[in-house]
Amino acid sequence: MLGNTDLTRLIFGRLTLDSIPYHEPILVGTFAVVVLGGLALLGALTYFKLWGYLWNEWLTSVDHKRIGIMYIVLAIVMLLRGFADALMMRAQQAMAFNGSEGFLPAHHYDQVFTAHGTIMIFFVAMPLIVGIMNIVVPLQIGARDVAFPFLNNFSFWMTAGGVILVMLSLFLGEFARTGWLAFPPLSDAANSPGVGVDYYIWGLQIAGVGTLLSGVNFLATIVKMRAPGMTMMRMPIFTWTALCTNVLIVASFPVLTAVLALLSLDRYVGTHFFTNDLGGNSMMYFNLIWIWGHPEVYILILPCFGVYSEVTSTFSGKRLFGYTSMVYATVVITILAYLVWLHHFFTMGNGASVNSFFGITTMIISIPTGAKIFNWLFTMYRGRVRFEVPMLWTIAFLVTFTIGGMTGVLLAVPPVDFVTHNSLFLVAHFHNVIIGGVLFGMFAAINYWFPKAFGFKLDPFWGKVSFWFWVVGFYFAFMPLYVLGLMGVTRRLREFDDPSLQIWFIVAAFGAVLIAAGIAAFLVQIFVSVRRRDELADTTGDPWDGRTLEWATSSPPPHYNFAFTPVVHGLDAYTDMKRRGFARPMEGFKPIHMPKNTGAGIFIAGLATVCGFAMIWYIWWLAALSFVALVAMTIAHTFNYDRDYYIPADEVAETEHAFAGTLTARS
Amino acid sequence: MHNVATTTGSDKPVFFEVEEHEHEPGGSTMLGFWIYLMSDCLIFAVLFATYGVLAGAYAAGPRPDEIFELPLLAANTAMLLFSSITYGFAMIAMQNRNKQAVLLWLVVTAVFGALFVGIELYEFASLIHEGATPQRSAFLSAFFTLVATHGLHVSFGILWMIVLMVQVQKRGLLADNRRRLMCLSMFWHFLDVIWIGVFTFVYLIRVI
Amino acid sequence: MSDQYGAAPLRPFRFLLVLALPVILSACSSPVLFPGGDIAARQRDMLLIATGLMLIIILPVIFMSLYFPWRYRASNKATDYDADWDHSTKLELVIWTVPLLIIIVLGAVTWVGTHLLDPFRPLDEITTSEGVALDAEPLDVEVVALNWKWLFVYPQYGVASVNELAAPVDRPIRFHLTAESVMNAFYVPTLAGMIYSMPGMETKLHAVMNEPGVFDGFASHYNGAGFSDMNFKFYSQNDGDFDAWIQNLKASNQTLDTQSYLDLAKPTEGSPVAYYSSVEDDLYKRILGMCVRPGKLCMQEIMMIDAGKAEPGRDVTIDQLKYETYDLDQFGHGGDAQGATAPASNREPHSDERTLEEPAGEGTIAPPQLHEN
Repeated sequence: MLGNTDLTRLIFGRLTLDSIPYHEPILVGTFAVVVLGGLALLGALTYFKLWGYLWNEWLTSVDHKRIGIMYIVLAIVMLLRGFADALMMRAQQAMAFNGSEGFLPAHHYDQVFTAHGTIMIFFVAMPLIVGIMNIVVPLQIGARDVAFPFLNNFSFWMTAGGVILVMLSLFLGEFARTGWLAFPPLSDAANSPGVGVDYYIWGLQIAGVGTLLSGVNFLATIVKMRAPGMTMMRMPIFTWTALCTNVLIVASFPVLTAVLALLSLDRYVGTHFFTNDLGGNSMMYFNLIWIWGHPEVYILILPCFGVYSEVTSTFSGKRLFGYTSMVYATVVITILAYLVWLHHFFTMGNGASVNSFFGITTMIISIPTGAKIFNWLFTMYRGRVRFEVPMLWTIAFLVTFTIGGMTGVLLAVPPVDFVTHNSLFLVAHFHNVIIGGVLFGMFAAINYWFPKAFGFKLDPFWGKVSFWFWVVGFYFAFMPLYVLGLMGVTRRLREFDDPSLQIWFIVAAFGAVLIAAGIAAFLVQIFVSVRRRDELADTTGDPWDGRTLEWATSSPPPHYNFAFTPVVHGLDAYTDMKRRGFARPMEGFKPIHMPKNTGAGIFIAGLATVCGFAMIWYIWWLAALSFVALVAMTIAHTFNYDRDYYIPADEVAETEHAFAGTLTARS
Repeated sequence: MHNVATTTGSDKPVFFEVEEHEHEPGGSTMLGFWIYLMSDCLIFAVLFATYGVLAGAYAAGPRPDEIFELPLLAANTAMLLFSSITYGFAMIAMQNRNKQAVLLWLVVTAVFGALFVGIELYEFASLIHEGATPQRSAFLSAFFTLVATHGLHVSFGILWMIVLMVQVQKRGLLADNRRRLMCLSMFWHFLDVIWIGVFTFVYLIRVI
Repeated sequence: MSDQYGAAPLRPFRFLLVLALPVILSACSSPVLFPGGDIAARQRDMLLIATGLMLIIILPVIFMSLYFPWRYRASNKATDYDADWDHSTKLELVIWTVPLLIIIVLGAVTWVGTHLLDPFRPLDEITTSEGVALDAEPLDVEVVALNWKWLFVYPQYGVASVNELAAPVDRPIRFHLTAESVMNAFYVPTLAGMIYSMPGMETKLHAVMNEPGVFDGFASHYNGAGFSDMNFKFYSQNDGDFDAWIQNLKASNQTLDTQSYLDLAKPTEGSPVAYYSSVEDDLYKRILGMCVRPGKLCMQEIMMIDAGKAEPGRDVTIDQLKYETYDLDQFGHGGDAQGATAPASNREPHSDERTLEEPAGEGTIAPPQLHEN
């Protein structure tokens, strides 16, 4: 009997049948839905014989545009998951009054808010940002792909691997119950003995490798692969913000990797980095994780600033006001992002001078940010503003983000932070800037670049429906939280004693329902647009009267993006070309050198995911095996020297003539 | 920045590169790899900082002057420095397109690297034998983690070197292989630089 | 509740409260905006000053964000469209300088305010509220955050309480805070801003209450399964009432010694108020040194040894250094979990259990007159 148990432990680690949460009706229901949905999807793929297409054209693709689309699909799927968590929290907090426990026990609720934060940052916002950069940056700089196309595919699959682990925690074991940054000592082996924190660690580590590599990739791309004539000060502003964001990624994700590695050593090996005893220092974790964490929020917001710049300029029909100061503001924010991390824990008992130093550096960031906002305002000034959907998101951003910025500076004043830290005021603030800044920006970006990626516009009616539900829902959902914060209500509470608070939570829950309608409208928008794709088709490649190079090629662009590399003579390169009556060369096409698709990325990332899973459950033999396989697979991949091919000149000529044909047919 | 001509009509500059020069494949690799090394450097920076914070947290346990053995350390450092020099010779041989010399110097480098890892493992084993385990105190946790992370990098460098030797043997000094040798060269020298930091801040300062 | 908060002195910047009237009207029970303690009031003042300074720029920006797109909308052909207007040195100077000036002012206010309101700073150097008995010895309170309840020790009186805090009006309070196992934050919004309480470390908080009343206190840093129930009542009392409260503690038949502390420290949720008539000497110091269990070496000693100022005993064993935590069940609750409600644990929701348990505590019911406030 005992021998049997030992053998079971040897084979399955700490994974047992009890790890399946079959006694949680919510999870069982979710599981059923996921299984049915998954089966339906697999069935459809098989029925329509799409497996080959999916594998050859998408999963193994090294084309930056396709990888970008896959990132965004991943992000939207995860948005649904993360938002489901949000709805559960809002419902719980609206219900748990007057002695009611609500419907979520602590064990479940604490996982929900941890998962919500982790998923929204790492698996919604990050993939959205990386996805948009993937689609847009190479096109904007007139390149044919990123610097390391295979690495790009691999990065995506590592992110997907992290997603798989986090989603798996829903149906096998549990997720962390520690809050989204897993502060020790709460997250150490003694206080969080289960698999939750391990899911968190391995999910983030695997996805983090992907993010770091894609940061390296984009830096090399932007530095090395710009079209001739595109000097640094002629780069489109979105590319500038992408450059700064990737600098931040490369300079901060290693810190996350290191600090999570130290936490795992504490948990797995029994070291004493963050423990209470034997010399460990948990305050060090706070410092290290926020040295990553604060740049992280700028990683998210900077590209969105780039999106707003492009959108404002395009839809005002005007050059961006103050391009130079915009660039410098971006660079200054990039640098200052590293000098403010301590404002996340003013209340830890640091000295007054330390606190004021970090408070003041934080406030200083508001100066370049303010300058940016004025630049957008003066871009509209004396322009011709077209209220297309991306522009609506931008205007909503300007108002919303300004409010969020103000509350942010409030929190940067240490004595004010003492009374608002860890309160719902703080929660309202960061949702104010992350939804009002990042999410609005990403919706603007999706509406703006969708025709470039797919060849038809998104339906504007449903876009506006989605917009209004989102914006109104946002104010309903988060303004009450400011009020509650000022009433001294702490975040992450599961139940409340004071009945006078309930009305605010009900209003917030109502706001969340409006946002749900906004998300639904967005999905309807995509569905309707696909159905109406012929009406909404973009045959010109330039549906918005765009100003930058991505609009100079067809929609969707051919594999190789540009048959001839564009030559840039100034800012707003495409506007310049249009004004001076450029003509596309129609002959002299040459074969184009392109990278081949490869399945190596998906396999290596798959093995990394299996290895992570095995580590989570202490299945040591599987962890060792998959790790060895991972290394072997990587080595085997390096023995493949045959990685590129040429698109024949005839094929290029055919593609380009077809595009020219639709252009003339139109005019 | 304001040189986008706002004039229209007459002047039509070249907007497309019709005569395109072939981009060298992998032209961005060196830059990309260098950026990766900088990010790796940050991992070490975190480990150094951690070691700095926990350097005095002995938890009434072993102290650096009780456990570090400088002669062993000197031998170890010599191994790694020699390996860097021999890798340099391999690179010179590569410039001369001398395949056999490249392979020979890579073997020598790998042997030095392996000796380095071996001595480090011996040091770890004797520390653990004395009861100075990573679990004993925060100081030792930080020490073992920093030094072992470097050691792991060296081990992976050796593995990479073996793979490259096979590839050079099979394919010769192709452009691809030369590029890989250069990347490994950067990696190897980078580890050397890190070791200088480890040697100085982890061992030397604490013993003297 | 509103009248007891509303009487707080509002200081200058009262006009800002008027601006935020709609919020205030409904949130008049806000202890952050209408605190009862001098420190919290001055932190509130900082909040208002900072808000006021920023509104100088925020309001015009919001106005322009809405007005510009409307004024320059494409359908409004009458506008002075200029596609190439993208630079104005004067304008750029303004948009960089105005925020800069505001931040300089706010930065100066921050520097001064942060130093004055540093929780470690003794109150006698800074308080401006009238009636505070600065010559009186501050009330020392040693605060220990346990899983998941608060222990308050009053060294000057030799008594202790769980989940109930009291202090006399206008007498400075000096909190010494630590925690048993995980990070926590101690927060009584009406009294002063929060501060972390961390295992093996001590933080301090100086504050004073200026009006009597019953107020809420929280754990404001998430700390595990019992987080939501880890709150307490704070009684701000006149001297006589406070003395009576102390006497009431002294009358309790429970005492806090090593064993009863170790029992108390076991993870529990929604713990009832408890009083202790006496406290073992140095208990707080040993909690801080994480050496309450017999045979453990205290952190203070370990640090002396590490600093080379003391010789380790010959037989320091790892067991003397290791801190033993209490076991948690698979749901993150204490071993005898009240809170696990999953069917697997066959337990009722713990709020039901709690109501059953409450009368069982001995000497744990606070004197009735205190509840009438």
